[in-house]
Amino acid sequence: MFAALFGSVEQGIIYAIMALGVYLTFRVLDFPDLTVDGSFVTGASTAAMMIALGYNPLLATLMAIVAGFIAGCMTGLLHTKGKINPLLSGILMMIALYSINLRIMGLSAENAIVKPNIPLMNSDTIFSQFQSFWSNLGIDDALTNLIKNTLGFQSAPSTWGTVLVVLIITLIIKFIADWFLKTEVGLAIRATGDNKRMIRSFSANTDSLIVLGLGISNALVAFSGALIAQYSKFADANMGIGMIVIGLASVIIGEAIFGTKTIFRTTIAVISGAIIYRIIYAIALRIDWLDTSDMKLITAVIVILALVLPQYIDKRREKRRKLKRRTERLGEQNVAGGNHLA
Amino acid sequence: MLKLEGINKIFNEATPDEKIALDNINLHLAPGDFVTIIGSNGAGKSTMMNMISGALTPDFGTVTIDGKDVTRLPEYKRSHYIGRVFQDPMAGTAPSMTIEENVAIAYSRNAKRQLRSGSNRERRDFFRTSLEKLHLNLENRLNAKVGMLSGGERQALSLLMATFTKPAILLLDEHTAALDPSRAELITNLTKQLVEEGNLTTLMVTHNMQQAIDLGNRLIMMDKGQIILSIDEAKKPTLTIPDLMSEFEKIRGEKMNSDRALLG
Repeated sequence: MFAALFGSVEQGIIYAIMALGVYLTFRVLDFPDLTVDGSFVTGASTAAMMIALGYNPLLATLMAIVAGFIAGCMTGLLHTKGKINPLLSGILMMIALYSINLRIMGLSAENAIVKPNIPLMNSDTIFSQFQSFWSNLGIDDALTNLIKNTLGFQSAPSTWGTVLVVLIITLIIKFIADWFLKTEVGLAIRATGDNKRMIRSFSANTDSLIVLGLGISNALVAFSGALIAQYSKFADANMGIGMIVIGLASVIIGEAIFGTKTIFRTTIAVISGAIIYRIIYAIALRIDWLDTSDMKLITAVIVILALVLPQYIDKRREKRRKLKRRTERLGEQNVAGGNHLA
Repeated sequence: MLKLEGINKIFNEATPDEKIALDNINLHLAPGDFVTIIGSNGAGKSTMMNMISGALTPDFGTVTIDGKDVTRLPEYKRSHYIGRVFQDPMAGTAPSMTIEENVAIAYSRNAKRQLRSGSNRERRDFFRTSLEKLHLNLENRLNAKVGMLSGGERQALSLLMATFTKPAILLLDEHTAALDPSRAELITNLTKQLVEEGNLTTLMVTHNMQQAIDLGNRLIMMDKGQIILSIDEAKKPTLTIPDLMSEFEKIRGEKMNSDRALLG
């Protein structure tokens, strides 16, 4: 159980990068971007293709980020220059990317134009490279001993290196995002999502800001896809289906639990939301009468609950607050009245 | 400072809904001029403002700001030179961002936006001293979300944001119309103060005749897409509402038909 949950935390931290991308479009730009389902796979397939061809995994991941950025910019151009509705721009780009992703993966094969998947079983990845450095440090053995002998768990994760490296990557991205959203360009992007007319009257080109915002968002999504492909040692054309809903679920769950008072706090909320989602997912999978194929339904239910419950809780809280206030006031009046009589 | 020459604009041309919005408009503003614009609904006041700001482009004619022909320049580029306050108090600020962030956005209007922090200690001090002019205690609420402010406070903030980078032209589009009388007076006084301090070349549309007479050194009246009356600096100080009404009747041969315009 511990090892299984540990795995979902690792994955959750990687998916958090995708969720930060979704936060950037969905919340900051107020643009419901469905490109995500496609650009996640674009990142995964670009990285997997290059790794399969023997390139350095770091370079492959970098190219995946660039590919995602371009995909996002295309969606932005469809919307701003082509005047296509935001949802439709994303959907169009998403289905276009499906074919493009098959072609990208096809580049890794000598005898085929398209490929539906790329296994990376014996290839070097970012994680395997880090692992060879990490295992020399001997920290894993020490921690495994601690968990098995001292804390008494049956199983322990095979390594702590992966969780460390993904945590560092995700936190770096979080801090860059926090900083970026406070820069002059970042402020202009946020204002674009908030009040387009206002920011235009302060000499900002909302069209290029939308394109830039979508580019950055999908670059993050593709980065996440590239890492997931290397983590699970597999890239597949269908691995992105429902990704936007998972991203939204993470954003909404995180915001509901941790709040959105400042940007610093919101980005932490989004990352935590992604991890919590993965944990719920892992627990749901362990229930006997549920099948793996039920996961999409469970995801939908989680999102619906995360959307509806906070409203309900807020209402309850306000009602209780009001009732408390009223009884307090009644008490004050009684006291005042009593004094008067005396 | 601002020159409109031979501006024409027809909406829905060659359809049954054709409407001549602006009909050969010529207007020159010297630096420091403060022109108030009155006219009934549909006279073309807002269309003219949109022509100047770049939200609309004319069918014919040229717009020149500070000697530069800006007729084909898109709105976001032109707004380097133009500060604008809208009628809707919600339109000029970003509600989910803080006061400081809003002011920082306005501050970076003049230069190309870069990847550097929108606010630092030096700028924050400048923002504080600027906000003090409003006397609304906003300088001590820099981290409050603008959406929490009242309509009057938001409009005052919009006005400050539009003016404190000293734009070449200031456009005020009925910016007190949506406020209650006491708030409207506050904004009117603030307008006077900020325009005088910055010696800003200003165009103000208003439905309030008294306000049009009280503010500024020049006044123009528009009707059916034309400038039908222009009062210059010499005559403006002695102008009264009855003067304006009788001038209108003389020119158009009919009584002024807008009740809103009468309710000064």
